[in-house]
Parts: sequence; C-alpha cells; structure tokens
Amino acid sequence: MSKIIKLRSGLNIKLKGKADEVIEEAQAARTYAVKPTDFPGLTPKLMVKVGHEVKAGSPLFFDKYKPDVMFASPVSGKVVAINRGERRRILEVVVEADGSNAFEEFKKAEPKSLSREDVKEELLKSGLWPLIIQRPYGVVAQPTDTPKAIFVSCFDSAPLAPNYELIVSGQEKEFQAGIDALAQLTDGKVHLGLPAAGANKPFAATKNVEITQFTGKHPVGNVGVQIHHVSPINKGERVWTVNVQDVVTIGRLFLTGKYDARKVIALTGSEVKAPRYYRTIAGANLSVLLEGKTNQEVNERYISGNVLTGTKVEKDNYLSHYGSQVTVIPEGDEHEFFGWALPGVNKFSASKTFLSSLFPKKEYTMTANMNGGERAFVLSEQYEKFLPMDILPVFLLKSIIVNDIDKMEQLGIYEVIEEDLALCEYACTSKIEVQSILRQGINVMIKELG
Amino acid sequence: MKALRNLIDNMKPSFEKGGKLHMFHSVFEGFETFLFNPDTTSKSGTHIHDHIDLKRTMSIVIMALIPATLFGMYNVGYQHFGAIGELAGQGFFDIFLFGFLKVLPIIIVSYGVGLGIEFAFAQMRGHEIQEGFLVSGILIPLVMPVDVPLWMVAVATAFAVIIGKEVFGGTGMNIWNPALIARAFLFFAYPSYMSGDSVWVNIGEGQKVVDGFSGATPMALAAAGKTDIDVWNAFIGLIPGSIGETSTLAILIGAVVLIATGIGSWKIMVSTVAGAMVTGLLLNAFAVNAYMALPAWEHLIIGGFAFGAVFMATDPVTASQTSRGKWIYGFLLGVLAIIIRVVNPAYPEGMMLAILLMNTFAPLIDHYVVQGNIKKRLKRASVNA
Repeated sequence: MSKIIKLRSGLNIKLKGKADEVIEEAQAARTYAVKPTDFPGLTPKLMVKVGHEVKAGSPLFFDKYKPDVMFASPVSGKVVAINRGERRRILEVVVEADGSNAFEEFKKAEPKSLSREDVKEELLKSGLWPLIIQRPYGVVAQPTDTPKAIFVSCFDSAPLAPNYELIVSGQEKEFQAGIDALAQLTDGKVHLGLPAAGANKPFAATKNVEITQFTGKHPVGNVGVQIHHVSPINKGERVWTVNVQDVVTIGRLFLTGKYDARKVIALTGSEVKAPRYYRTIAGANLSVLLEGKTNQEVNERYISGNVLTGTKVEKDNYLSHYGSQVTVIPEGDEHEFFGWALPGVNKFSASKTFLSSLFPKKEYTMTANMNGGERAFVLSEQYEKFLPMDILPVFLLKSIIVNDIDKMEQLGIYEVIEEDLALCEYACTSKIEVQSILRQGINVMIKELG
Repeated sequence: MKALRNLIDNMKPSFEKGGKLHMFHSVFEGFETFLFNPDTTSKSGTHIHDHIDLKRTMSIVIMALIPATLFGMYNVGYQHFGAIGELAGQGFFDIFLFGFLKVLPIIIVSYGVGLGIEFAFAQMRGHEIQEGFLVSGILIPLVMPVDVPLWMVAVATAFAVIIGKEVFGGTGMNIWNPALIARAFLFFAYPSYMSGDSVWVNIGEGQKVVDGFSGATPMALAAAGKTDIDVWNAFIGLIPGSIGETSTLAILIGAVVLIATGIGSWKIMVSTVAGAMVTGLLLNAFAVNAYMALPAWEHLIIGGFAFGAVFMATDPVTASQTSRGKWIYGFLLGVLAIIIRVVNPAYPEGMMLAILLMNTFAPLIDHYVVQGNIKKRLKRASVNA
C-alpha cells in the first residue's frame, strides 16, 4: 500500500467545457514549431537556417549556456521560418512537414541495461533532454547535475485538465521504459504522484518507482506541491520533474530509437463546440485543432495550456512544448454595469461574497476579464487558502518585490514555480500579478546564485 | 445603460493624456469604474480572475455596518427624547428621524472630506482611486459622540486620511486604523468633546433635562463604582455612547455578515473576546473594587468593545496578517482593552487605545511568525544535510 497524503487547501474552479473522454485523430498540421519562449531563461543558438531539410529528431537550436542541450524538430520537413520578436529574440523555429515521416535514428536499447552516461547521451542527442525540468526554478535540467529524486505527477488537477489515465492507457510499456530511463539518472528514487481515487490503471502497476497518493483540490496535482509533501527541496538540492506524456515520449525513444513526438491534447473550454481529446504532434499549428471547432459567438481567447498557467496564443500559433491542453474562453473585453455590486448568481468566486456560492455544483463560463483594478495587498490570509504548502506566499512575494535574496531563499522560493501560486493570482482581490512577480524573483535567484 | 455607456465613452478622450480635463482623470476613472466594471482583460499570468475585487469587499463591510448605523440613528433619538422626558409621546419614526437628521451631517462631512482628499492624492500620484475610505468614511461617524461639532469631524477626518494613511502610501500601506486615528486625534486634541458625561446624548438648545437624568455611559458609571448595568438595554443598545457602538445586537448581525462572507477574520473576533474574558475573569478573581468585580462578560456589551472587535480590530491592513499572528494579536488586544478600562484611572474606555497599540505591534507579531516559518525550513535543511 502506498502512502496517502490529504491536502486541505486549494480550490477546484468549476469551469464549463470539460473534454469528453473521446480521443479523435486530429487532422495533420502543415507546419510545426519549437518555441524557445516555452523554456524560461533559455538563450537559444540556432543550428539551422531557413531552407534546411530536417528529420524528426534533428536539432534546431541549442542552449547557449548548456551547449549539450539541444532542441529537436518534432517532424521531418523543411525549416520555413525563424520568427523573431523584439531585439531579434527568437520566438519560433517553424518546420513545414513533408509528410515523409523520416526519423533520425538513435540507439534502441533497454534503458535498464544502459549506464547513466548512455541514457544522458541518448536524451541529449535526440533533443529530448529539455523534457526534464529542474526544481528549483522550473527550468530545463542541467545535464551535469545528479538530482536527489525525480518526480512525475500522474494527474492534473487544474481547471478542465486532461485525464492522463485515458491518454496513457495502452502505452504502459512506453511509460515503464521512460521511468526506467529516468531512474538511471538519479541516485534517489523516481516518485509517482497518483490520485487517491480511481483505479489509475496505466500507472498503478509501474515498477521501479515509489508511489504516493494524494487527495484534495487543485493544486494537488501540481508536482511542486507533491514534492513539498514527499521530500521538500532545501537549499542546494536539485530535483527533476517530467510530465506524464513526456515520460511516454522518452520511453518511446528507447524502445524504437526515434523521437516520436505524437501526443494527445485535450481541447477544452466553454467556447469549444465539442470538447474532447485529439491525437496530434508536439508543436503542431493550432489552426488544425481550432478551425471550425469553436462557437465564434464572442471574442475568443485561445490558451495553450489551462486557464491558470497557459499562454495566450493566436489561432495560428503553435502548441506549447510541454502542453497537453488547449482552452478557449470568452475574452470578456466588455464593460459591465455595476458589475461589482450585483448579487452575482452566475459569477463563480472563491470568496463567499457572491450568491453563486449557494450553488456549489454549477459549472460556469468565465472570461479573461480582470474583474477589477489592481490594488496594494489589502486582504490577508487569502493566498494561504489556495496553497497547500507550508509557505507564506504574501511574505515571499513581498521579499521578491523588494529584491531581498536572503528572504526569498528563507521563505521558500526554491519550492515553488508559477503554477503553484497560480490559484492565488486567480483569487486575489487586489489583482496582483503573482506569477510574474514570482518569475522575476526566480530570475534574480538564477542570476545571483546560478 | 447603453446611453450612459456611450456618454462615458464620449467624455473619455478629454480625460485622457493630452485631453483638456486630464487633471481630473483619476476622479473620472473612479466614477467610471464605480458605474461599470472595466473591460480590461488579463495580460499575463492567469487568464481568469475571481469576480471579487476591493469594491465588492468594501461594500460587504458597509453592508455589515448598516444595522449598527441604523440602530445608532434610532438610539440618538431615543436618548434625546429620554433625556428631555418626551419619549412616551414619540412614535418610532419620529425617534429615528431625529437621530437620522443628527447623524447624517456627520456622515456627509466624513465622506466629503475624506473622499475629497483621497481623490486629490490619487490624482497627484496618478493612480486609481482606492476604495479603502469607503469603509473608514462610515466608521468615523460611528465612533464619534453625537454632539461632536462638524468642523471637528472634518479636521479629524483630514488628519486620519493624510497622516494616518496617505503618508504611508494609501490603502493597504497604513499602520493604524484610519477611523481610530480620527477618534484618537479628537480624543487627545479636544478631550472635553470626546469624553465625560455630557457629550453622548444630544439634548438640544433650550431643552430641559428631566430630573435624575445622567448622560454618563454605563461604562463611566461602572468605572465610578456603579456596576448595576441594565444588561438587556446594553445588549440591545439603548444606552448612551458613540453613535454606532452601543448596540451589541446590531454589531453581532454585522459580525455574522463578515464571517459568513469570509471578509472579516473570525479568528481575530474570537481571540479578542477570549482575551477580554480571560482578563475579566482574572480581574474578578482579584477584585479590590467594584469595577474589577464587574462580571467579565458584561465588558463585552458595554462601551466600544463589540464594535472594535468586529469592525476595527479585523481591519486586514492594520491587523496581523498571518494565521497564528491573528490569534496572538486578537488575544492581546482583548487583554489590553480590559486592562486599560479597569486599571487605568484616566479614561473608562480602553478599546480604541488597545487597538491602536496592537496595530503598532502587529508587524512585530508577524515578524516572529515569519521567523518561525523560516526556522522550520532551516531545520529541515540541516536535518537532511
């Protein structure tokens, strides 16, 4: 029997538009992209030029400060564009698929039989290394480190999050191979976080892991929260995390010797006509997923990811590298007469100041409207209710605002990344940009302490 | 709605940068966001935001204050007609109307002066008008005696907003509760208008009081050794006192609203009462005079204790901000309030000073709670190392 950890703080936001448990084949996209902006703190160095032919698994760029870490094309085809933003920062490297499905060939091997160095080399060469994320800071792992443990959360508790049980079932072999490969990278254990409820079919029988079960509300599925309760990160320690679908991708690499970037995406949200799952390829152009599938009645906001942590995208942008979800909600760029004063039967709120709190079962349409202006911190103990960790979030944020590195460290900045505090930002009465403040703090830590 | 919206949209350009009326843009924006929720959408971070905002929060507190305000108005009339011996001849609405007309000017002056200064500061700083004063503006009249001259209300409000709040940076930054700063200012600057036996009941010029009338509050009487309080009237609130503080019943209704909506901290309310009860019982045990022997629970229904515990101690900006800190803060506040009341010979009321003192110490309490969290984290690191 595995340990069950019960968390009391948190909130399940009752958003309309949960995906039906049906997986459809998405139409193949014409273009695919790898976006350096998906990797916080990355300075990319290009390895291709427009016009170059690439295969799936061919490197497109590498990290200037960790030159071993390469980022690979998910499909075979031709590099058609390198889109840049302000100060010529690279935003997207776009590959047009040629449909030939040509793969770079890597070593095919049972990961258990490989040494740590071999596993590392395989992951680095194939461009799969960036799937491994390091805590603290939530950045791509440093290949020269040996983490104290590796954590995989097998469920996502965010609003309308995909059900990984559905996505991974049938790929248990790949998942196990991925876990075995990761296990070679640490002296500690590979930890799986599972929900306490349900059969957890594809995961429960996984070998070579330590399983911990969790119950509670969002952010219970966040790997950071799970780490905090299983083996919290102290100063100087490194822990790695990998998303569930990425474990499968890693497993596939070792079983087939190919970077096979197929994954399943949940298309969700109140503006989606028929929310469900689609099989596609990492980095796919979103237009194939979105075209004709949304209501088009109001201004729509497209989010690659969930409503709390995702990135705002345009309809013809590309899927995020780590993403397993696309959400469409109304933009909500309208004025509302006496909006703050109405009883609010249709307004979901974490506070109990709207009549909606009398209807706990209802699901709501929520827009991207700020619902108020930004203020100083006024209310207290509001954030603690949504962070099931022994951390004082407001004090941590204030230490970041005043740029006090010692205090940030003492108050636990190593243990959190944006997603862990996203609910605080959602619920904040003062509309403070919690996630962007936290990232500022993390950037300062990386710059000052490395 | 549409017409109003169009009107605002038409007016907007002249308030924007470069427009003729740009100097009033904060005021314009304040009114615009009062009428219409803004259409801004999230630019970074979470894509959805809770519907609650500071306007909503503050309006809940004002709702919670309505029972105490209405009752205070009624009580002003009730005390007045009681003092001149005409209570029997007056109907309910006459009594209320008398009090309403006495209290309304104080409220108007408080809001007028306070919001005027807030608007000016918002404009100077170029930020949005913040909603903090919406609550302070009603709290200030409620902690005043009814006979306070209006110019004093104006001066005290100006002092509270400028020295008590804006010098620290505005809403969310202040150290002391602004409404209590207003009261404390008058208390020390014009003590004869803020204490004694003659300020709590409006008699009116040319009116004669009935024989045996005393305008003293039950607390002042208790301090003088007359501890036979009419408990029922003190609970309902038909006793002399500051405008909004007398009715424990009306305040309890407010407390229910604050706790049910989660806006007011029940931890502070509970721990303040607990602190007062413990101190009261200790004083009872070692009583050497009549006031010390006053049953501990009777302290809760006289003076400003209930009002302070529910509406002032719980001000989230000036109270402790951590969970454990709130328990300590509230408990010490209750202890101090009763000690100042009973042991100090100068003034019979201790709630105002206790809250201001604990406001001062709240950051210190939080500091130690935060240090506790830090130590726990350090200990964890050294055990593992």
